[in-house]
Parts: sequence; structure tokens; C-alpha cells
Amino acid sequence: MNSQSNAMPESFDSQRIAPAVLSETRPMYWSVRRELWENRWIYVAPLAAAAVYLFGFLISLIRLPHKMRALSTLDPAHQRAGVTMPYEFAAGLIMVTTLIVAVFYCLDALHGERRDRSILFWKSLPVSDTTTVLSKASIPIVVVQLVAFAVTFATQWIMLLLSSVVLLGSDSGLSVATLWTQVSLFQMSLMLLGHLLIMHGLWYAPIYAWLLLVSAWARRAAFLWAVLPWLAIFAVEKVAFNTSHFATMLGHHFAGGGQAVASRGMSPIIGVQLSSLSSPGFWIGLAFAAIFLAGAVRLRRYQGPI
Amino acid sequence: MMVAALPITAQPVAAHPVIEARGLRKAFGTTIALDGIDLRIDEGRIVGLIGPNGAGKTTALNAILGLTPYQGELRVLGRDPWTERDQLMRDVSFIADVAVLPRWIKVSQLLEYVAGVHPRFDRAKAEGFLAKTNIQSRSKVRELSKGMVTQLHLALVMAIDAKLLVLDEPTLGLDILYRKQFYDSLLTDYFDRSRTIVVTTHQVEEVQHVLTDLMFIDRGRIVFGCSMDEFELRYVEVMVRPEQVAAARALKPMHERQALGRSILLFDRVDRQQLTALGELRTPSIADLFVAVMGNKPGNQAGEARGNYEGVAR
Repeated sequence: MNSQSNAMPESFDSQRIAPAVLSETRPMYWSVRRELWENRWIYVAPLAAAAVYLFGFLISLIRLPHKMRALSTLDPAHQRAGVTMPYEFAAGLIMVTTLIVAVFYCLDALHGERRDRSILFWKSLPVSDTTTVLSKASIPIVVVQLVAFAVTFATQWIMLLLSSVVLLGSDSGLSVATLWTQVSLFQMSLMLLGHLLIMHGLWYAPIYAWLLLVSAWARRAAFLWAVLPWLAIFAVEKVAFNTSHFATMLGHHFAGGGQAVASRGMSPIIGVQLSSLSSPGFWIGLAFAAIFLAGAVRLRRYQGPI
Repeated sequence: MMVAALPITAQPVAAHPVIEARGLRKAFGTTIALDGIDLRIDEGRIVGLIGPNGAGKTTALNAILGLTPYQGELRVLGRDPWTERDQLMRDVSFIADVAVLPRWIKVSQLLEYVAGVHPRFDRAKAEGFLAKTNIQSRSKVRELSKGMVTQLHLALVMAIDAKLLVLDEPTLGLDILYRKQFYDSLLTDYFDRSRTIVVTTHQVEEVQHVLTDLMFIDRGRIVFGCSMDEFELRYVEVMVRPEQVAAARALKPMHERQALGRSILLFDRVDRQQLTALGELRTPSIADLFVAVMGNKPGNQAGEARGNYEGVAR
């Protein structure tokens, strides 16, 4: 069918050879930057969450010397849990924020450009639908997770430094050493990065891809269309067979392909996270993500403004 | 998609067809938007695609731009626009509509982005065009007036070294100063004989001296086409003196209308010397010819065509 493409008149080729042959990655790079220009809340929202948390933490520091003294009477395991709790809570808060950010980003990503007709402008540039959809998918899968990591990392360091200053200023420097040995930030950060990229990025990729597909398809109320089919399946199963295997299956899947991850809280050892990559569920999820994204590319191809 | 394997003409033709369509069809459900369009647009032309609302102009342009699948044969710069869209868009630019620039973006970001993704974009050139306007590079598109957004879009498009530029109602809703400026800059700063421009518009008076070729489209078909040189040679309008109306009508005008108490008759290929005797001669406007061509079509009342066609109202 493309046999004629070689029959292109000579002048079109020789007249002006593209001044700079762009590598395939450049449109991708600029598309991702463009997404960050458009959706500044991708990093503003987690920063705001961190700021709010730090504000609360600052106030709580008044009680810190007292708390450290109380903790020093406990056994090491409880001591450790008590000391690291605010740090894990900070990470949890930022994680929840970025999860919400990722969901809302996906629902709007391919819908907003059709709503404001700007799709006609984007399509006038030599950026393929595949590049556009992949750049949009990379936001929740990679970019948001890296933002979450960077913000959490910075927040936890600020917390640790503030705590140290407060403890040094109080009666004795004794508990500062305890604090630094109990809060091993580098190890925590490494686990956090693994958790964010593997769990929130790759394991949840089919969710993001599904949301992108719906945002490419729906004319309005993308959120409803994203949720209702799953509720419908759940309801039909419940009514027809009085079972809820479907919901259990999804719940099980997104808890990390095994209770191993869930049971150990949000900072499991990195080995557990990596081992989850070898489970078939993980790859099935990625296959679904790929199918949904391919569907989104195809829809964007055919669709114009709404 | 059905692309008939038409035999390619063995010997290369002198002028390169930038757009070549044969039997181009497109239906939306039971509505036929394009009903077998045959056209050929050569390099270095500025073609006006004129037609009433719903005639299929935008559908035709969308097919040319690879935005919509179609049936029939269509080649743009030697490529199939639907299957080879990604490569094609390096050589084609278009302004699909006024105000499709994203409203959240800053002018500087827009330049940076287009420079990043378009191999043929000359950023310095775009900045040069913008320097002549009141557009600030730190402004957001939403802060600009409609006219300024169009200026911005035009500055971007003119800085792209494209072979084909497609403009779909590029000046709709703009005041007359912006409209005039739009076509002036297009002609002076952009157009040269190696580029091709296809434009649809309702404001036909303003493009009459811009176009090199003219096409009328109606109900999904090309109903008329000629070059502007041919247009000026072939068609003549005569303000016929009242006593000579009968004699003038005997020469079989394409169309007759009344204005200021005089009969104005439009003739196709009638000897000018013969007509000079009947009254004052002048070149008709595209709008007059449009009304004449559309009015003569069965099922089309001149008045109806006129009503559908805001540019014609006078």
C-alpha cells in the first residue's frame, strides 16, 4: 500500500534536507517538559503537602525532648518504631498526595487537549501520537514518583536536622546520637525509591494506562467512565454469584502481587520489592498497561476536539 | 483503508503535484462529506477552497493533513497522509482554526517547545516576527487578544520551513486590520514559489488578490476550479444600461442581479468588445462568481447560496 512512497518527486527530497535530524528522544523530552509546564501541580501539590506537614512537625518539636526521654526507657524495637514514625508518616502523606496527583493527571491528560481544542495545534507539529501518549504515561509512572521521592527525601532531611537542632538546644546532646542511629535516612530513602518506582510506578501502571485510555475516549465525566465499569463488574458478580472474586483479585494485585509487600508496611526490604517483579501478575499488569496505552494512541489518532 | 493501487504515470510531470486526489470520499455515518473529489494542486500555488458551510472544506483539509481516514486516492508531497502522517508533518504546517494555541502556555515556552520538536523551525525568525507585534515573550496565550493569538500562531508557522501550509478559516472572528495584516505578512514574509498554500475562508474579498487559484466546493464535490489568471480572462461583469438589457440577455449571461437600479450581468468567455457596447465592464469578485456558480446549480437558489454564504452578502 505504501509502494508509492518511493515515487516521491525528487525535488521534495533534495530541495531542503531537514536541517537537523532530530533523534527520536527529543520530541519525547520536550513533550515531558511540556506536561510539566502545563501541570505545575505535579510538583506543587507534593511540595505543599510537605510544607503543611513540616509546619505541623515544627510545632510538635516542642514536645520532642520529652518524647525522646520517654522513648529511651523502651526496648530498641519500640524505640526505633517511635523515632521513625514521623518520618514514615511524612513519606506516606507525600505518597498519597502524589497518587491523587497521578490519578487526576491521567484523567485529564488526553481529555483536556481535546476540550480546549489545542489538540489541533499539537497535531500540527511532527510529534507522533505514540510519542505524545508515551510522554503522558511517563508522568505518573516515572516523573511523579521521582518528584515524590525528591520531596520526601528533602522533607525527611529537614525533619532530621530540625530535630537535631532542638535536641542539641535542650538539656543534653545524648538523644541526638540515638536519633541519628535510629533514623537511617539513606537506607530509608533507598527503600522509598524502590517502593515508589516498583509499586507506585510499575505495579500501578495498568491503572494509569486505563485512566489515560478513558481520558482519550470519554467526551465528558472521564472519572465516572473510569470507575463505573469496574463497579459494574463487581456488582454483577455479587448479584449473580454472591461472590467477590473480581474485587479480591484486583485488591490482591494492587497490594503488590502478594501479601509480602503489604504485610511489611510501606518500607519493605528492597529484595521483596525486586522479587515481586518476577511474579506473573506483574507482567500481566504491564501487558494490560501496554494494551490500554495502545488503545489510547489509536483513539488520539482518530479524535479531534470535543 | 481502501487505497486503490492506481497506476502511476510513467513519465514525471513538469510541475510537482503537492496534493493529488482521485475519487476522495469520506462519509460520517450516512452523511457524505466528500463525494469523490478529484484535484491536483501544484507547487508554488496559493489555492482558495471556497464553499458554503458544511460543503466539506474542513473534511477535505483534514484528509490532506492526515487527521481523518478516507477512501480513494490521496497523495500529499508524495505521501499517503493517513499512513505516513508523522513524516508528512515535518513538511506541512497548518492553522486549523483561530485560538487553538493552548491557553496556559507562555509565548517563550511555545517557542522553546516548537524549536525542540520541529526540525525545520527557525526560532530567531519567529522572534523577529514577534518583535514587530505587541506580544511579550513572557505573556501567556490566555492574556493575548484573539488577534494577537493569530499573530503568534502565524509567526510560529511562518518560521517553519514547510512546503505546504494549510489554513482553515485562519482569520475568522478577527477585525479587518488583523485580517489584512495576516495576508500581507503571509505574502511578503513567507510565500515564495517553492511553497504552496491552501486556504479556506468566508472572507473571500480579502483573498481575491492573494490567490493564484480558486476552487469551489459544494456538497462534497469540487464544482468549479480555475486559476486567477484564467478567472480574469474569462469572467466579466457588465453594468448594463437599462435600454440594452434585452440585448445583453441574448448573450446568455451566467447570472444576473440588480444593484442600485442597474442590472449587473456576469458573462463567461464572451467577447469583450461586444460587451463594451452594453455598459461598463469590470472583473467580478469571487463572491459574485460564487453566487453565479452556486445559483445555477439545480436545487440551489441563488438566494439560498447567498444566505449560507456570509462573504457574499452585500
